Amino acid sequence: MTPANSLKKKNSIVSQFVALTQKQLFIPVAALLCLIIFNLIADPSFFAIKLGHNSDGQPILSGYLITILDYGSELAILAIGMTLVTAASGGQDISVGAAIAIAGSVILKVLCGDNSRPDHMQAPIIVAFLVACVVAMLFGAFNGSLVAFFKIQPMVATLILFTAGRSIAAWINNNELPIIAEPEFSYFGTFIPGIPIPTPVFIAVACMIVIFLVLKFTNLGLYSQAVGINPNSSRLNGINPAVVKLITYVILGLCVAVVGLIKVSRISTINYSVIAKDIEMDAILAVALGGNSLGGGKFNMPASIMGAYIIQFLTTTLYKFNVLSSALPAYKAVVVIILVILSAPVVRERLASFKKSRSAKNSVKEVA
Amino acid sequence: MENTEVLQMRGICKYFPGVNALQNVDFTLRSGEIHALMGENGAGKSTLIKVLTGVYVKDGGTILIRKNTSDEAMPDFEEAHIRSPQDAQNSGISTVYQEIALCPNLSVAENMFIGRSGAFTNWADMNKKTGEILKQLDIPATPRQQLGSCSIAVQQMVAIARAVDMKCRVLILDEPTSSLDEQEVEKLFKLMRDLKKKNVGIIFVTHFLDQVYEVCDRITVLRDGTLVGEYVIEDLPRVKLVSKMLGKDLDDVADIKGDSDVGPVDKTQTPVLEAHKLVSNAGIKPFDFNIYSGEVNGFTGLLGSGRSECVRAIFGADKVLGGTVNVKGKHVRIKKPIDAMKNGIGYLPEDRKLDGIVADLSVRDNIILALQVMKGFFRPFSKAKAEAMAQEYIALLDIKTASSDTPIGQLSGGNQQKVILARWLLTNPDFLILDEPTRGIDIGTKIEIQKLALKLASEGKSVTFISSEIDEMLRTCSRLIVMRDRKVVGELTGDDLTRNKVMATIAGGEET
Ligand SMILES: Nc1ncnc2c1ncn2[C@@H]1O[C@H](COP(=O)(O)OP(=O)(O)OP(=O)(O)O)[C@@H](O)[C@H]1O
Ligand SMILES: [Mg+2]
Repeated sequence: MTPANSLKKKNSIVSQFVALTQKQLFIPVAALLCLIIFNLIADPSFFAIKLGHNSDGQPILSGYLITILDYGSELAILAIGMTLVTAASGGQDISVGAAIAIAGSVILKVLCGDNSRPDHMQAPIIVAFLVACVVAMLFGAFNGSLVAFFKIQPMVATLILFTAGRSIAAWINNNELPIIAEPEFSYFGTFIPGIPIPTPVFIAVACMIVIFLVLKFTNLGLYSQAVGINPNSSRLNGINPAVVKLITYVILGLCVAVVGLIKVSRISTINYSVIAKDIEMDAILAVALGGNSLGGGKFNMPASIMGAYIIQFLTTTLYKFNVLSSALPAYKAVVVIILVILSAPVVRERLASFKKSRSAKNSVKEVA
Repeated sequence: MENTEVLQMRGICKYFPGVNALQNVDFTLRSGEIHALMGENGAGKSTLIKVLTGVYVKDGGTILIRKNTSDEAMPDFEEAHIRSPQDAQNSGISTVYQEIALCPNLSVAENMFIGRSGAFTNWADMNKKTGEILKQLDIPATPRQQLGSCSIAVQQMVAIARAVDMKCRVLILDEPTSSLDEQEVEKLFKLMRDLKKKNVGIIFVTHFLDQVYEVCDRITVLRDGTLVGEYVIEDLPRVKLVSKMLGKDLDDVADIKGDSDVGPVDKTQTPVLEAHKLVSNAGIKPFDFNIYSGEVNGFTGLLGSGRSECVRAIFGADKVLGGTVNVKGKHVRIKKPIDAMKNGIGYLPEDRKLDGIVADLSVRDNIILALQVMKGFFRPFSKAKAEAMAQEYIALLDIKTASSDTPIGQLSGGNQQKVILARWLLTNPDFLILDEPTRGIDIGTKIEIQKLALKLASEGKSVTFISSEIDEMLRTCSRLIVMRDRKVVGELTGDDLTRNKVMATIAGGEET
């Protein structure tokens, strides 16, 4: 190899590093590293995982990391739908928390029938879940058509369901609090006997596999990004922008139903005003943390999913340090501000040119 | 004062990931001159301008601007640290960028005065002043009109008016004429000559050689991001200029129709497409249209005469209100673009930025987009297949891009246009509509595209061509449909296809 060649190679390594900092995954990975380092210094026991037994004598894993995986999975599932909605419609659905309440309420209603404390479930769980899917997708379609056909800003359009959703959820069960006594129902939100890992983790993995296959074997990714970036030219290339937007809201509806199942299964009942409260903010944050533009267009699904787990990491860390749950949003807001600033194009450009001038100086040194 | 230097750029460098957009480029501008900046697509013209105006931060070199003193004895230059377009404005540099950078949802007047130092507070005054400027420049718009509702040409003129109205010593025009017709270009040139008399230095970027020789005094040529040289216009005849730009000689192009093997069109066959009394919601009168296999025809007329609206109606891009369309003798209903695409029609739109590119998507995705949509939602191309197709067309049309993964928004204007062209060629349409396909395309490629249209015809396809350049239309089309006031007013074929005859029909004799 000639010296010139090797120099070229070195340069390309430098430029690769610069390119890396410009990569979308850079910010979420950096955020994750910060959190890990912070916890390592503050209290390494954060990372301890214990194998214990629950009251039924079944083996279960416990520890902060398990909590993160467990609750992060709910967020990850929502982030999948939220990412698509954001990409195609350039806005966010703020009604997912309320929609989860509805989906959960529907599941309980189907399982309990007329009696709110039945001895046995009145229908198979799968039936209840499918009914909830249909209902949640219908609500998704409602949001979606407001956005797609009536061209209402997504935040405004979904404000309707955000406001009304929890009352609808309560109304479905006549404001009663149904309780499911059978243990099988709790498997979805807690543990399956004999398996020490929380079930939501498996459900999230299944959802990830499904969305991966959907993105690979359909044009959902291409269409939703194209529509989000330039609806005019998408239309002139034969895409129907309204339908694409609608579909993303319906898919988010499906994600909502899955999370609804997990949520009600965790406690085998429902609390209409508390269930999935503020979860929409975390889901939106996950998308942003993944480095995706909240203005729509290009997206990176793995980054969003990672963002979801990092948000949960942050929440759990804050809980561990006994931050009051009422104070949580304030802390998160600080993180959001930092992230938004870091990912702003201006700052990125600055960073890039700073790196470049550094590397230029270095290469001058090399020559000398 | 005559011919003192106002601006010196020395050793300018600018790198983008994977591209050396500018390497060691020198550029000098004198006061009271019109200086053409020439080069192929992607040569770095716009980048040089954006470095000068602070849109991009340069990676090397210095920019010197003459101090604003009246003392002629001291040729005093100071280094200008231009970090933002605002800085540039304060140094007396005003710019019309290649892509219109105004706010379509503000009024014309607001666009004229937005972001000026010494903010206007009096709205009535602002509207009045704008009205005067519009009238002075003969721009068919009202101050209160929303800018987005004006045609591209009018928007372009507003952008120019805005730049010119600011007190400036240096005026930069990056392809200002690409969407103007001949009369508007004349208006612009008159304006430029007036400014020249007032000792303003003007940088003028264009791909129209005629325009260069009409107004310019000096030419700087760039090629692949490097400086080829600076010339006085008299020393550089056309042929030489072209070879400097391309780095090779260009074949004579006077008559490409003559040496292409497009035979006479067989009019006894059924037309590939036949439209009867077609009308859309874009305000055109019902029109008839037909095209045969192996034919290149075109719509001509002034800007705003309804050329684009006609082809948009055929493609289903606007809402069709009435009329019938037959494709190969079979009645079809085209309500939206996908219907047209399924019937073998392709449409390269006029407004590249708004209707053509999907800016953040890669060159590859932009190339395969239309074909992918036709293939269907559930049948995506494999990455390898998509890459192979993209590479084929990148090579075929000589698209300058760092890779097929580069977002199309980062390409130079002309190269973006080539990508959109590639997109439609890839769908292999029977009938391809090209609305201003050579806008912003350099002289070498322009001829390639014209040849391509003729080649498609010789393969039995049909092409409809729209261009503001009459010469280009005459070179490619064997039949011209003439439009005036949103109505088809005539059709020219055979011996009638002369410049004079076309101009006369467009203008409609001497009637008003
Ligand atoms: N923002 C950007 N990021 C990356 N590359 C860029 C960017 N802007 C321009 N380039 C690259 O720099 C080169 C020069 O582009 P430039 O726009 O200056 O060309 P140009 O001479 O104006 O061409 P045209 O006649 O097509 O307008 C091109 O290869 C282009 O791809
Ligand atoms: Mg340019």
